Amino acid sequence: MYAFEYHRPSSLDEAVALLTSDDIKLLAGGQTLIPTLKQRLAMPDALVDLGRIEALKGIRTEGDSIVIGARTTHAEVAASEEVRAAIPALARLAGLIGDPQVRNRGTIGGSVANADPAADYPAAVVGLGATIHTNQRTIPGDSFFEDLFTTALDDNELITAVAFPIPQAAAYEKFANPASGYAVVGVMVAKTAGGPRVGVTGAGPCAFRAPALEEALAGAFTPEAAKGVSMPATGLNADIHASAEYRAALISVLASRAVAAIG
Amino acid sequence: MNAPVKTVGTSVKRTEDARFLTGRGRYTDDINRPGQLYAAFVRSPHAHAVLGEIDTQSALDVPGVAAVFTGADMAADGVGGLPCGWQVIGKSGVPMKEPPHPPLAVGRVRHVGDTVAVVLAESRNAAKDGAEALMIDYDPQPAVVHLADAGAPGAAQVHDDVAGNVCYDWEIGDKAATDAAFEGAAHVTRLDLVNNRLIPNAIEPRAAVGEYDPADGSYTLTTTSQNPHVIRLLMCAFVLNLPEHKVRVVAPDVGGGFGSKIFHYAEEAVVTWAAAKVGRPIKWTAERGESFMTDCHGRDHVSTAELAMDADGTFLGLRVRTLANMGAYLSTFASSVPTYLYATLLAGQYRTPAIHAEVKALFTHTTPVDAYRGAGRPEATYLLEKLVEKAAREMKMDPAELRRKNFIRPDQFPYATPVALTYDTGDYAASLDRALELSEYATFAERRAASEANGKLRGVGFSCYIEACGIAPSAVAGALGARAGLYEAAEVRFNPTGSVTVFTGSHSHGQGHETTFAQIVADRLGVPMANVEIVHGDTNRIPFGMGTYGSRSLAVGGSAIVRAIDKIIDKGKKIAAHMLEAGEGDIEFKDGVFSVAGTDKSLTMGEIAFQAYVPHNFPHDKLEPGLDESAFYDPGNFTYPAGTYICEVEVDPDTGHVTVDRFTAVDDFGTIINPMIVEGQVHGGVAQGLGQALLEGCVYDDEGQLVTGSYMDYAMPRALHIPDYRFDFTCTPCTHNPLGAKGCGEAGAIGSPPAIINAIIDALGPLGVDDIPMPATPHTVWQAIQAARASTAQAAE
Ligand SMILES: Cc1cc2nc3c(=O)[nH]c(=O)nc-3n(C[C@H](O)[C@H](O)[C@H](O)COP(=O)(O)OP(=O)(O)OC[C@H]3O[C@@H](n4cnc5c(N)ncnc54)[C@H](O)[C@@H]3O)c2cc1C
Repeated sequence: MYAFEYHRPSSLDEAVALLTSDDIKLLAGGQTLIPTLKQRLAMPDALVDLGRIEALKGIRTEGDSIVIGARTTHAEVAASEEVRAAIPALARLAGLIGDPQVRNRGTIGGSVANADPAADYPAAVVGLGATIHTNQRTIPGDSFFEDLFTTALDDNELITAVAFPIPQAAAYEKFANPASGYAVVGVMVAKTAGGPRVGVTGAGPCAFRAPALEEALAGAFTPEAAKGVSMPATGLNADIHASAEYRAALISVLASRAVAAIG
Repeated sequence: MNAPVKTVGTSVKRTEDARFLTGRGRYTDDINRPGQLYAAFVRSPHAHAVLGEIDTQSALDVPGVAAVFTGADMAADGVGGLPCGWQVIGKSGVPMKEPPHPPLAVGRVRHVGDTVAVVLAESRNAAKDGAEALMIDYDPQPAVVHLADAGAPGAAQVHDDVAGNVCYDWEIGDKAATDAAFEGAAHVTRLDLVNNRLIPNAIEPRAAVGEYDPADGSYTLTTTSQNPHVIRLLMCAFVLNLPEHKVRVVAPDVGGGFGSKIFHYAEEAVVTWAAAKVGRPIKWTAERGESFMTDCHGRDHVSTAELAMDADGTFLGLRVRTLANMGAYLSTFASSVPTYLYATLLAGQYRTPAIHAEVKALFTHTTPVDAYRGAGRPEATYLLEKLVEKAAREMKMDPAELRRKNFIRPDQFPYATPVALTYDTGDYAASLDRALELSEYATFAERRAASEANGKLRGVGFSCYIEACGIAPSAVAGALGARAGLYEAAEVRFNPTGSVTVFTGSHSHGQGHETTFAQIVADRLGVPMANVEIVHGDTNRIPFGMGTYGSRSLAVGGSAIVRAIDKIIDKGKKIAAHMLEAGEGDIEFKDGVFSVAGTDKSLTMGEIAFQAYVPHNFPHDKLEPGLDESAFYDPGNFTYPAGTYICEVEVDPDTGHVTVDRFTAVDDFGTIINPMIVEGQVHGGVAQGLGQALLEGCVYDDEGQLVTGSYMDYAMPRALHIPDYRFDFTCTPCTHNPLGAKGCGEAGAIGSPPAIINAIIDALGPLGVDDIPMPATPHTVWQAIQAARASTAQAAE
């Protein structure tokens, strides 16, 4: 690690005031940032630890949405009675992230802000049509993820919460990378008043919706309908773990399993 | 007096676990010395480059950096290269090539991670800052990475004086007889296969602390080693030219080795040497990324194999051609792995009368490859058991029955194979039968149908492995080119109050020696286990020992302890005879009591021990005081554990995901001292074999960059991958050691990969898939399914 300044503000305003340059980084659960620092892959001037900001914590129901504070850990989401009752697929997704240590430290804000192409939460943000709340504005989930590790967040913009509209039903299916445990492909399928939604992570540079699958499911909400969609491999990720063709095939398979799970 | 309860054969809980489970183990990284400097090694980012100028001042300018050393500094001090302990003589008597391996590179770097310089600093972070600041002029060169390319004309040369990158081209067996067997064969089964390169990944990374004491010119190296005496010998005699009596090597608690901590590594020599240069202790602990790049890798063979059979499936001959990757330099035992630990095992459990194997070892610009759990024997077993299973498919025979038909029968032992070994004993059908029963092979078809009904494919696969343990009988090892005899040493020392300290030259780094050895000592001497202490891992305390690898500790190290115990009992009889005023020949020893035959006169072991150290009236011309005996045990032969593993997998044809649903292991390890520890060794071994079969594969890109350089990309087996094992033993005791024990540390890793892969191939057979490489990742399996479907579709058109 290189040396850096360390701040631990107790309010959101204080935190925002500290964000005076790009070389000042927010620290949430540290599950991505700390390993990056340890490997000397980042050299921030300062870290602003969000750990003491109460306003960023907690899970609440607001109207037809579940609103999860940015500092809420994966373990808290997985165990939340509120989430389990309203969107069990989201609780299940959180419980599939990493291992218990990672889930006890890692946060939804950190995960969403980081926009790792293989992270799980982005599938939910896109698949459930979530809204990202920041200190400046709200951003629709559909346009939040822009590219590999790139989001619609401005420099020095901070996620405060993520609001998930409660679907009629939803299911998340993950095909985990045997090495890292991240998603080779993860698919969130939701039945909503506005029709079926399918959010895909792991397969592309960032999470995306799959209109072909949504259309097929609008026609018939059956596993066969999903499995029958042959996803194009163009533009999908390819690495030593999975070719683009394999990822494309997995999208349909996982979508069909999610549909089967919804029943 | 009640005789102590016998413990051998019972699952006594492990003595060492209290220490390990409560965080009281003492590992090399736990050791800190006043005034120590921290070492950071600067490692090559290139697979191959000419080393230009190294501007040491650039690192010395960094605050906290105390010294920087390069290969030139070591060369100026006359430091030698890291040696190889095993000479292989190739075809027509050509000895293997042993290019120099300087601890810090001189002139060239030859793999990513090759050690270029060491930076010593007041803190770990300052050392890393210095390492990062060090300016090194590299002139990158083309690299040769993959085995298939290494021998090709025009391939990049790893060492100037090693033409064609050939370390050796070696053969074993009777070529003419084998060729003749093939000519008369009714059927020949052929197979091309790759044994995937593995990265060892002991949970404790390598570490070393070097110290120099100017008061007496002595050195201490504390290191993560499986064999401290071997390190001392190699480092003193070949690398640093130090007198052995001035060097102490300590291997304290070691968190797993799997072979990777056998070898003498550059960092050990560098911290020892540099401690004297700067007059301060030096500490180094590898980061995980360094472990990936610099712990010797394992396996990495490319082979073709052919099995000749007559019309009813009797094996007539076996022909094998193997390319073995040595990596960039010859590590300590590297040369022996694809030869004496591999090709000598190609007979397996079978009576194949003619075998000929050729092995060509090649250098590449990759991390050195050396022994990894099983070392050569997994490669042999994978080849043979995959080949036999393919033969059964081609011959349309039951794979169990084809094997049974060709097994060496119990009445044929001792059995001399066509590839140099003589098996002393075994009963292969007994293990097979028990495994068939335990795995419920008879009802497999029902389970297959049930899986099919769920849209899954089920397959069953066999592996009837044999291995050679207890490395190595000196006479055999010497004849085979080992530069040392691989005996083992032990000392059994009674303390005056009746407790026993046992010093063993073997080393425990997960094997549970503190328990198993204490059981043997307690039973044989009739003292409670709690009164027995096992000491290992310190050249200043233990006799010259060879260490732990090749499943040798019990069969060889344990036998040395038994020999020392026998001497203790003999001495005890002399003391008892004197004390009880009887003839020595009349003294009997049983359950800790020396008694005069036919009388009620007796003395306990404890009383004898006390008398030995308080010898007021000993006839000193006939009887020395003390009760302390040592022994060196040199085995007469290898031991030959063998068994049958049966694996059942379920494959998800949509994703390619393989679930190991059932794994049955029936092993013949000879006499078993502690069944729980042995079962644990098999569990761990099978987990490692499962890792090789399904998950683990080291990947280099064409430039020689290590793609699988972290756990993000290198998949290790985890609890969720491991099935509940079905487990049992059969027993034919080893005929030539006093314990009847054969060794159990590697069997799981040796026997399991082919069982798993054979099961996958069996599962996918109905789709037309006839081969699956390791690791059988979901992606690999899915691709095989796609390819088979495409060719079936094509055939249908
Ligand atoms: C071993 C391991 C396994 C893992 N497996 C998975 C997995 O299976 N699936 C998965 O999805 N993830 C996985 N992760 C990642 C994990 O979920 C991380 O917790 C997550 O990616 C980052 O969250 P964090 O709270 O730790 O953020 P940090 O590491 O603290 O921060 C990450 C980034 O987000 C920024 N940031 C943090 N909070 C905010 C905010 N409120 N507003 C704006 N920017 C912010 C930081 O500045 C930093 O750039 C794994 C991690 C590890 C170490």
